[in-house]
Amino acid sequence: MIAGVVKTISGVRPAWWVALVLLILFPFPANDFFTVQIGAYSMILGLIGLSLMILAGYGGMVSLAQLTAAGLAAYVVAIFGVNSNDVLGFGWSWWIVAPLAIAVGTLFSALVGLIAVRTSGIYMIMITLAIAVSVFFFARQNYEVFNGFTGYAGITAPHIAGVDMRAPLPFYYLSLIGAVFFLAVTAFVEGSPFGLALQATRDNPRRVAALGYSVTAIRVFAFALAGVVAATAGVLLVILNGRVSPGTIGVDVAIDILVIAVVGGLRHPVGPFLGALAFVLLENFAIDLIDRERFNTVIGAAFLLVIFFSPDGLLGLWQKLSDRIKPIQTPTKSEH
Amino acid sequence: MALVAAAILLWLVFAVWPDWLIDAIGRKKTFVTTLFNGLTLAGLYFLVASGFTLIFGLMRNVNLAHGSLYLLGGYIGYEVSTRSGSWILGVVVAFVALAVIGAVLQVVVFRRMQGDDLRQTLVTIGISIIAADLMLAAWGGTTYQFTPPDALFGAVELPIISVVKASGAMVMIKYPFYRLFVLGIAIVVGVGLWILLNRTRIGMMIRAGVDDREMLAATGVNVDLVFVLVFAIGAGLAGLAGVIGGTALSIAPGEDVRYLLASLVVVIVGGMGSISGAAIGALLIGLAEQFGLAYFPTYGVVLTFLIMIVVLAVRPQGIMGK
Amino acid sequence: MKYSNLLMGASLAALMSASGVYAESLKVGAVATLEGAFAALGEDGLRGIQLALNEFDGEVAGYTIELISGSTDASPDSAVRAVRKLVEQDGAQIVIGPLSGSEGIAIRDYSKTQPEVTFLNGASAAQDTTLRETSDNFFRFSTEGAQWMAGLGEYVYTEKGYRTVAVVAEDYSFPYTQVFGFLEPFCRMGGTSPQDARFYVPLGNKDYSSVIAALPDEVDAIYVALGGADAVNFLSQYEQSGGDLPLIGGSITMDQSVLGSKGSQRDYIIGTPAAGPISDTWDDPRWQAFVTDYQETFPDGFPSPSLFAHGYYINAKAAFLALEEVSGDLSDGGAAYREVLAKLSFETPTGMVHLDERHQAVGDIFLTEVVEGPNGGLLNKTISVTPQVTQTLGLGYEEFLAYGPVSRENPVCE
Repeated sequence: MIAGVVKTISGVRPAWWVALVLLILFPFPANDFFTVQIGAYSMILGLIGLSLMILAGYGGMVSLAQLTAAGLAAYVVAIFGVNSNDVLGFGWSWWIVAPLAIAVGTLFSALVGLIAVRTSGIYMIMITLAIAVSVFFFARQNYEVFNGFTGYAGITAPHIAGVDMRAPLPFYYLSLIGAVFFLAVTAFVEGSPFGLALQATRDNPRRVAALGYSVTAIRVFAFALAGVVAATAGVLLVILNGRVSPGTIGVDVAIDILVIAVVGGLRHPVGPFLGALAFVLLENFAIDLIDRERFNTVIGAAFLLVIFFSPDGLLGLWQKLSDRIKPIQTPTKSEH
Repeated sequence: MALVAAAILLWLVFAVWPDWLIDAIGRKKTFVTTLFNGLTLAGLYFLVASGFTLIFGLMRNVNLAHGSLYLLGGYIGYEVSTRSGSWILGVVVAFVALAVIGAVLQVVVFRRMQGDDLRQTLVTIGISIIAADLMLAAWGGTTYQFTPPDALFGAVELPIISVVKASGAMVMIKYPFYRLFVLGIAIVVGVGLWILLNRTRIGMMIRAGVDDREMLAATGVNVDLVFVLVFAIGAGLAGLAGVIGGTALSIAPGEDVRYLLASLVVVIVGGMGSISGAAIGALLIGLAEQFGLAYFPTYGVVLTFLIMIVVLAVRPQGIMGK
Repeated sequence: MKYSNLLMGASLAALMSASGVYAESLKVGAVATLEGAFAALGEDGLRGIQLALNEFDGEVAGYTIELISGSTDASPDSAVRAVRKLVEQDGAQIVIGPLSGSEGIAIRDYSKTQPEVTFLNGASAAQDTTLRETSDNFFRFSTEGAQWMAGLGEYVYTEKGYRTVAVVAEDYSFPYTQVFGFLEPFCRMGGTSPQDARFYVPLGNKDYSSVIAALPDEVDAIYVALGGADAVNFLSQYEQSGGDLPLIGGSITMDQSVLGSKGSQRDYIIGTPAAGPISDTWDDPRWQAFVTDYQETFPDGFPSPSLFAHGYYINAKAAFLALEEVSGDLSDGGAAYREVLAKLSFETPTGMVHLDERHQAVGDIFLTEVVEGPNGGLLNKTISVTPQVTQTLGLGYEEFLAYGPVSRENPVCE
């Protein structure tokens, strides 16, 4: 285990260290807006995208419910922490609330996995989409727990050693730590026995089963792992915004996450972060360049272009993905 | 068991309700109207979902732009029917136009990535994002309502007694005729599809393709042509449903996602690729939605998704799925 | 070569003029919904700001006003992102917006983190924005959803003689606010609205037939608080199912977009009363002048300014009037400016407006009724104007708070 960590760290190429130093220095030339709304927010969206990338890239499972896991974690913070809506808001300490939120998000993601892995491949998009939508509707209609359409606002940020974690600099570094930590974890997991097994279930699930592993267990665990990443992003999101409402977990946003992950590239864990950065830049500055009204056309076109012509080896991934899906769709065919 | 349920249902519909029943579940008018609403909504859902399931059954392509086809059909039908003054022409043109668009989509987009199911699905997401935005640019955020032919407008009296007044006069239940018409269209389309699939040569090919695509190709059938045809029928049905459904309710931005989700739930519950599954799924979802709306509006919307998750947990391949 | 020289010259000139103006320009952010299904309404809001700015010829106290717009998709999250960019990146010291209720609450919360920036509402009309957890630098010169109902409850109780009403409304905070504003006086006078006769329909639902079937017979009227498309759907389905109860309208239920929608002539809604912050056909010269100005400036706009244009206009006008009074001086972080705003009282196309101690407008509200117009179409006739409606609907602040936040069941009114 420790040897593996050391190996992962020593295997990091110098270019990555340079990138890390640049990211650490970034807030100093940048103003608050670039620090938080571009920098930190990209990392949060990137983390949710990473959650999807872990499932899709390594496991061949495209889940549209990862944003929902993040959103539920945000709701848990609002419910057990402090909010200004006079609904619930138990005011528990952050040291309890944050882990609880991550636990709930993780549990939800694992549950989605448990339901979704019974079906496979192409069904998964639809089932996870349907789960995401039902949680969205439930949150919008339920006032006792989710405070309905209004959701929660006025959620206080944690103070660690007297430092307000919502202030631009602390929040940026908190997000950076989260992003780097999970990037490292993902890189480590990729080469770990579990990661290899997960990739094997993507490429040839029957062989994995024949070797005596439980394909279901591997996949559900991948969902749980992806849930930890998404839920952490959800906690960061609620610290940043101080609010959460059904709109936070809407279908359009879930689709945005898919766009971010696919456009950024699903082959390497850093892809979703690049996708998130591009998305956030476009979201904020499109209005200064083009008519904001047609923003979605630009986003959709970028998405289509990547799917059609991606030079970034996405095609290789598609190959792997479809290799995995084909035998399941036509189980009667075993010869290749 | 099924017989008892059917008998109870018939009694609920045709008998004059005793007071204790009214105390328990409310007026008969509410129940019967909601039942009919559920059935007619199921008809509409079937129209949309049958095309969706047909395309999936044959091509394993989850066409997530299906809702966009529905909405586009509605808009095209609206333009045609208001300009020509003929609602029927609007319906026909919407079907034909969307069938052509569907065929073009199949040839230009999906044929390029045949067999790459996931990529096809993602492409349809991209198409639906762009389509929604372009339709918003063309038709704006306003709501459009059709004017159906006079013959279809207004309410008819059903041969079902609502209440018997103290004077002995019987109050019959009135119901909008157009919604019955929607149900009729759905049944006609359903029967038509059944005949097409079970009684024609093309249908045999399609069914063979659903069961085993490679085998079908091996027999020398022009699979590409069959694919184009099925895609055209599926897309055309979505366009047709756009006008039929748009007339029953209305068309506006957002309806694309609504009907996409409805189709998804209907075919997941009914079983992907099965026409009869789509019919059963549509019935379940249509009834659940309407009874939810009338009797517990707060969580009515969640009910349909709950049904879906329960079905998935018990029978992942759907009720009629293989 | 020649071309590139030209280009360079042009950009240099632009640069110079930009820096020349910069010294005397003031950045004002405008947040509106410019994407998605409500984009047309957001654009009308921006027209309202433009109208106000035109009255000052684009210049206040010698400063050129530079309008920077930010777009939302009507969700609170997107509103906060848009306003953050305007404040933290573009450097706006005054922000006007947003369009919808939950966005308004989100921006009010954000305003607390930017005490040096002054925020004015656009057209959002949620009650809580200025009632609970208020912000020192958020001002709302437009009236809100409960105020908009002023006079309606009393009117249908005394004039129409209704005692029991059913409710059909969308299931979110704005309709709750409207229902509250309508029922509060209605029930105080002795009217009732049983909980099981209140139907809250999920937003975006287009099929009302089962709701219509479930409506009780033993009520005097139905209070309908549905917006544009939903209202059109409800009305046509209510007609198709042979419904015959009289209706009472919310502020966006009986507006021109609904009355003027195509389809069969809805004669049965003649006589339907409603209330709101504007009345399209009000014959007062101030309103008429505003409408003419709007129509001449924006030939592509709506036939008549919407309540979104109206709301943004009033708030922008207040922003510029106060700016003039402090001679454009915001160097103290806007403290003096906000003091002027808090005390500002001015004439709008719909009467005098001033703020209460929580920075909420006290203004006039219109009671209208649907009548048949001269050429057969339907329009709203102004029945009366309820002057200077306060947010607490005439009650004391503490007494009003005792009702609790608006919800499906508030007020109880059995």
